[in-house]
Amino acid sequence: MIPLLKRDLALAVRAGGGFGLGLAFFLIVVTLVPFAVGPQSELLGRIAPGILWLGALLACLLSLDRILALDWEDGSLDLLATAPLPMEGIVSVKALAHWLTTGLPLVIAAPVFGVLLNLAAPGFFWLTLSLLLGTPALSVIGTFGAALTVGLKRGGLLLSLLVLPLYVPTLIFGAEVARRGAEGMGVETPLMMLAGISLAVIALLPFASAAVLRVNLR
Amino acid sequence: MILQADTLTVTRGGIPVLEEVSFDLPPERALVLRGPNGIGKTTLLRTVAGLQPPLKGTLTGAEDRVAYAAHADGLKSTLTVAENLTFWARVFGRDEIAPALSAYELDALQTRAAGQLSAGQKRRLGLARLMVTGRPVWVLDEPTVSLDRGAVALFAAAVRAHLAAGGAALIATHIDLGLDGDALDVSQFRARPQAHDDFDEVFL
Repeated sequence: MIPLLKRDLALAVRAGGGFGLGLAFFLIVVTLVPFAVGPQSELLGRIAPGILWLGALLACLLSLDRILALDWEDGSLDLLATAPLPMEGIVSVKALAHWLTTGLPLVIAAPVFGVLLNLAAPGFFWLTLSLLLGTPALSVIGTFGAALTVGLKRGGLLLSLLVLPLYVPTLIFGAEVARRGAEGMGVETPLMMLAGISLAVIALLPFASAAVLRVNLR
Repeated sequence: MILQADTLTVTRGGIPVLEEVSFDLPPERALVLRGPNGIGKTTLLRTVAGLQPPLKGTLTGAEDRVAYAAHADGLKSTLTVAENLTFWARVFGRDEIAPALSAYELDALQTRAAGQLSAGQKRRLGLARLMVTGRPVWVLDEPTVSLDRGAVALFAAAVRAHLAAGGAALIATHIDLGLDGDALDVSQFRARPQAHDDFDEVFL
């Protein structure tokens, strides 16, 4: 497991690995919003939690098709499947590597990008916390989508169509935590729901991902 | 007996391609699969490697003992030769890569990125991967594609060394490697076209 994680992280930061691509995309989305909405700082502050969450979600989506497709193309996935690693472990490690290279940088950068959108001061902590809790779910669900579409030529769009509806609960509760936090309201309920969704997804979805991957490798 | 197939039926895309395949592979022997293109050699090898279940029949001895090499070498072009090999060694819980490098004369290329290797060098690296797995049964699908004559000799020597150490090899190839073992022509097992007795099976 550890060698696979190390290899995936090494590949992500080497040339063409796509590290930072999601972050740059996130930055551009967040920068474009004030141009589109206009320089009304009060309005921007109000929509900031939602925009930041949506931006983070789309940035995550951008790199999903790389999770398994590259390993499929060069044959590593077949070889990994015959290695003494359980398939559930392989997909979990792949999701973890995706989160470390895409989700975690977004979590760290989100407060900085919050300034661009005039996010209310109390919201910074809750935005960061909600992304920290929610982005692992995005990576794990995304890995499931990647396992479903592995081997399909140009499966990227299909992957987005499959995965976006599954992102809805995470988005609702994640953005709700950030919004309520920014407005100074209690965040316990959406926070619990968000954490619950992430934990459930991390616990259960790798089994589904492994099962569809086994079928797709036949 | 290190690997045993008993009346195996293998399918590709849900359609049986070979049926009633039986063979025994004792230690220190190689079994060379022969047959025309499209007969089902790759499908049989993928089944033996555990990538797909057989439709019928039993396969004994394959569980966690097979090192598989397919048409694709499974190399990462941005990792160096040594990094690629070390990764596969670690996945199989080992870390000795020097014998594999020297067996395929890759020592001088260690620090070269795999993406910059020639097709034959990539193939040699892909075959060197088998040596670092430490698995007793090598399942090889057309291993000599894009290898020159010298590299084929290196490969044959590596297989012979593996057999001498008590391993076994199942190889689909069209050339004569001069190995100690038998040849099995799989075209005798070609599946008869059969009618679907269950509507669902069409979709499975």
